[in-house]
This record gives sequence, structure tokens and C-alpha cells, in this order.
Amino acid sequence: MRIGLFVTCLTDTLFPETGKAVVAVLERLGHQVEFPADQACCGQMHFNTGYRREAVPMARTFVRAFSGYEAVVTPSASCASMVREYYPALAAEVGDEGLARAVGEVAPRVFELSALVADVLGLTDVGAYFPHRVTYHPTCHGLRMLLIGDAPLRLLRAVRGLDLAALPDAESCCGFGGTFAVKNPDVSAAMCADKVAAIRQSRAEVVCATDNSCLMHIGGALSRSRSGVATLHLAEILASTEASTEAGVR
Amino acid sequence: MNGSMPTYLGMPAFPAAAKAAVADSQLRRNLTHATGTIRAKRAGAVAELDDWERLRQAAKAIKDHTLANLDAYLLRLEENVIKGGGQVHWAQDAAQANAIVAGLVRAAPADRVVKVKSMVTQEIGLNDALESGGIVATETDLAELIVQLGHDLPSHILVPAIHKNRSEIREIFRREMPDAPAGLTDDPAELAAAARRHLRHEFLHASVGISGANFAIADTGSLVVVESEGNGRMCVTLPRTLISVVGVEKVLPSWRDLEVFLALLPRSSTAERMNPYTSIWSGVTPGDGPEQFHLVLVDNGRTASLADQTGRQALRCIRCSACLNVCPVYERAGGHAYGSPYPGPIGAIISPQLRGLSSPVDSSLPFASTLCGACYEVCPVAINIPEALVHLRAKVKHNFSERTVFHLSGQVLESPRRLAAAQRLASLSRRFVGRSGRIRRLPPPLRGWTETRDAPAPPAESFRAWWQRTRESGTRERGTR
Repeated sequence: MRIGLFVTCLTDTLFPETGKAVVAVLERLGHQVEFPADQACCGQMHFNTGYRREAVPMARTFVRAFSGYEAVVTPSASCASMVREYYPALAAEVGDEGLARAVGEVAPRVFELSALVADVLGLTDVGAYFPHRVTYHPTCHGLRMLLIGDAPLRLLRAVRGLDLAALPDAESCCGFGGTFAVKNPDVSAAMCADKVAAIRQSRAEVVCATDNSCLMHIGGALSRSRSGVATLHLAEILASTEASTEAGVR
Repeated sequence: MNGSMPTYLGMPAFPAAAKAAVADSQLRRNLTHATGTIRAKRAGAVAELDDWERLRQAAKAIKDHTLANLDAYLLRLEENVIKGGGQVHWAQDAAQANAIVAGLVRAAPADRVVKVKSMVTQEIGLNDALESGGIVATETDLAELIVQLGHDLPSHILVPAIHKNRSEIREIFRREMPDAPAGLTDDPAELAAAARRHLRHEFLHASVGISGANFAIADTGSLVVVESEGNGRMCVTLPRTLISVVGVEKVLPSWRDLEVFLALLPRSSTAERMNPYTSIWSGVTPGDGPEQFHLVLVDNGRTASLADQTGRQALRCIRCSACLNVCPVYERAGGHAYGSPYPGPIGAIISPQLRGLSSPVDSSLPFASTLCGACYEVCPVAINIPEALVHLRAKVKHNFSERTVFHLSGQVLESPRRLAAAQRLASLSRRFVGRSGRIRRLPPPLRGWTETRDAPAPPAESFRAWWQRTRESGTRERGTR
């Protein structure tokens, strides 16, 4: 399958290893991955903070970059849900029929990585090896907007050497919430402190998720508290093999 | 026209109020315990019904249909209440509603009233309005009584005193309840018995009862109150005069519709299959119950909300409080931070719609959420609260510096070329980061991030740059802007 990679602005700028991991996993499974260079940001931060008008050109950039692919993969449940759930409303709101048509064509083919692999491609074993104790934090947009369910867990269970630890109160939000983290710093930090406590309780060495945004928040608190627990995007665990020496845990 | 909720004016913005609540460890313990318990119970009660999702969609459809034809159903309700021997009054805002009720109490004539717990009378500040007219109103719901005796404000829709634990309640009773028994302990049964004795006197002597209503049936002019303690049953049956203050969105077309809601509400609210008391009355019945019945229908900003295609879904709310109990923000910030009798996620979309977005607290409420969606998931009438929050955020007037930041960042994030340039700049800034690869302190406006969290150092090379360097040939070439 010819798959377009929507790497997301955050992963592109701050977490390039995640993007490389998505490419590695899908190529290992025999797919052709392309990175259209004319992609930028999905506009979620602007849209969710109340700057809907500013999000419109970003939606236009997105559909221009990704029209024509059989599937579009992204290592972010949150950005995938922006495109799938909110682009149609955004296009209707500005009365741009061309954009609405393009969204109607592209949006249903945008998949978060684990949903693409486990549900669309129907695979659980992607040939990964990761000899560490890992816990999984289901991010809110993956869980409640995209409804990816246990796709990430099915993939993790098939990783050789991986010791999957249950995360207490896993479905509680980590407190990131985009600009919420800055607009409501006290509540955000209190939520994150509880998430960090749950992660430590799981005795995992690594916490993984399908969104680098939430991981950046959780990882920032884990690092500040010198917990010794690393954060890693799910894609990087799936990309890891016996051959890849260092897992590149950040 | 927007409504008014006079009680809470002058509240600080949500983040400031929440900061104090987060720092109050006693409050945090009370809330975590209470919401955690009811959350688990609700999940169990809902799991018993295999047609929950269909019930939920039915309730949504009934409410949407009723709201779309609200004028017709309200007139039918009025007609049938009058047919049953009741009187109907229409109030456009809080002041009108309060004046109507005070006038009815004086005409009774009475200077004391007993009240069933009601959200709309909290919303319009009825108790304060009656007090300034020389009328004493006694709340008879246990938690509402605790709040009233403590000169406090409610912090939860169902359990207004959820922020108090039992030893704090004992202190309030000792201090404020004149007939509290000597040696009162903090045993829940003892506390309830003290409240019961205190209230019994009020029930037997009040000639006017004031209630809200969970539902009003247009076809028969019937009012419905669901409750757990029996105090509501006393208030709507013992006094000679009954005044029910009801928001216009409470109307349902018919009895058949009520069935759906009586299945959804108790399980969502108290995690019960059925609530202990469901009182239903249609006008007056000679020789049985109140001799006079008045229905005061209140708008107070509701029709303005009805005009908003996305915001109007909040009018489906049946005040069950399931969204409060699952909300991670409510659990940490507590109810008072929302500056309204409607706290939690639903409050964050109701209050700004009823009151407008001009005050500091109202303009901060749409942002008092991580958009995690737990509220939408449990809502028995499928109110998409995250969608409504995001919708309201676009209506808030943002300050100049934020607008500037978002305008400029928008220019960068919509353009692949400018984004790539920004990434090169970010990579250059690596030299200012220590060897840890973690940034411990960022300059404003990102300072808030590093108050409690480290930030990741930018990589030497963005993904885009890596791809270009190693895979250029495989890329679809298109004109970049």
C-alpha cells in the first residue's frame, strides 16, 4: 500500500525519531511510505483554543498534501481525530465547498499508526523486539474520539521480550490538554502528578502512548521528579528489533 | 437576551480559583474519595442495561425534538396546568422570577417557606431575594441544608456539600443548628437524625413549599420531582401552597417520553436503578395536597442559548451530575472554582451561555477542560461537551498578546516552508541546552510549562530535514509555498 506519512508538526520538530520509527515499521511490513514535503500542521492547537479561522489555511495545506494516498498514517491519535472529527465541520463553517469535498475524500483515510496496523492491515506481530518493562497510557483522543480501543495493546503484547505492566487508572487524562497545560497550570500539574504516581506504581521502565504531546507533558514531569522512567512513542517500540542496538529511549 | 445569576458575580477567573482548591489537601481528599466512589457505582449501574446506548440516543432525540418545538410544548403545558387547577407565570429573567415568587409567598400569606433542592432557584438566587423581602427559606435536602447552614455555596449538582466531610458537617450543625443535640458526633446516622428533627418542625409549620422540577409533561400538565430523601415529597404535599420554579427546557411532550428519562437519570446520578421518591402532580386535587399550585416558567438566557446551533445541546441536560463525577478537572478544582451553581464540565458550557462571556470567570470557563471527553462518554443525553467547549472558546474575546502569538504561529504552522525555517532555528537553539537534553526553564510565554515540567531539547535535525537528506528521491515533488 502507498501510504502518506503525516508526521505532525510536534513530532517533526521535536521528536524526529518517532517519524523515522513509523517509516521503519511500515517499510518492514512491505509498504511504500512517502513523506509529502508540502505538509505542515493540522491546526488542532488553533482550533481547540478558539482560533478557528486560523485553522482553515492549515486544513487546506493538509488536504493539498495528502490527496491521492490510499492511506495516511500519523503517529498522533490527537491530530488524526482533528482531521477526522473536526475538519468536516470546519469546512462547512467557512462554506468552502472545495475544501469540504477534499476533506470528505481524505479524512476517512487518515489513521493513527496502531489503528492502521492492527485494524486496517489486520496485523499484531510487526516483528518487534523490546526487552523492557513497559506500560501504556491510552491518550484521551485515541480512546474517546478515534475509538482505537486496545489496538496499541494488541501490538504491544506481540512484541518479543516486552513485559507489559498494567497502568492503574489508565484511562484518566494526564492533564496536558494542549493550551490547558499553560492556561490552567495548577490543575494540569495536579493531574500529571497523579499520572506519574500511577506510572511509578506500575514499576515500568518505559511509558508509551500514541501521542508525543501527552508524552512530552508526562515525560517533563517524570524527568523533573528524577523518576528514571522514560517516555517513548509506541512507534519506536514497534520499530525496535534485535538488530537495532540501542532502543533510543529518551 | 442573557440571563443572570446574581449569587456568584465577582468571582475570579477559573485558574485562580482552582489554584487555591488544588492547594487545599483536605478538599482534594474529600473530592477524590466522593467522586471516585460514585464513579465506580455509576459504571456498575449503567452496565446492567444492555440497551443503554439506545436509551441515550432516544433521550437525545426526545429532547432535541422538544427543544425544536419548545414554543408549542410550553403552551400545551400551560394549557394543561391551568386545566388541572394550577396557575402559570412566565419569567424572562432571574429578577422577574424572584419577584413573582416573592409576591406569591406574600399573598399566601406567609413569611417562611420550605424548599426542595432545585438548581434553577440557585441559578436565580431565590433564597437571597426572598430574604431581602423578609421571607425565610429553609432548604430541606440534607446536603443543601448543610450548605445553607454553613453560609456556603453548593459545589456539586447532586451533592451540593460534596466538598465537606462528616466532621466538618458536625461542626456546621453544632455552630448553626439551634436544636442540634448536645454531644453530636460525626456518625452519618446521627447527623442525618439531627437534620431530620430540625426539618420536621419546618415541614409541619410551613404553609408554602417551593420546588423545581426534573420534568414537566406537556400532555397532562404534570410536574415530576425525583429525589432520595423524602424531603421533596413532604414539600410538595404538606404545605397549602406549592410554587414550582422550572426552566423552560424541562418540558417533555408526553408520559411515554418520561419513561426513557426515569431509566437514565437515577443510574447516571446516584447510581441507583430507581430513585426512592418520584413525586408527580397535575394541578391541584381538592382535599389532597396543596390547595394552590403555581408554576413559574423561567427563561433566564435559555432561549438565547437555543438560538446557538452548537451551544443549544446544553439545554438537553437533566442535571444528573455524571459528568462532574468523571471529570479530572472538577476532581482537582472542586465546584466553587466554576463560580456558578452549575459546576463541572456541564457548568463550563451552561454558565457562559446563560450569563454571557464578559466576566473573568465566564470567559475562563470554556478553557477549564483538557477536552478529554470523559464527560461526553457518560452523559445520558449525549451532550458533546468538548465540542460545545471548543465552540464557546471561539466566542471568547482573547487578549491582544495571545491573539498575536496565535496569529504569528498560525502563519508559521500553515506553511511548510516557514515551519522548516522555524525548525532550523529551534535546532540552532540546542547550544543553549545543557547536556541533559532537558530544558528546565523556558522564557515567557512558555515559562508556565517549565514551572512543573522539563521541556525536551530540540533535535539536531527535524524529521523533515532527515527525510530530505536521506530520502529526497522518494518524495512527491510539489510546489512548496
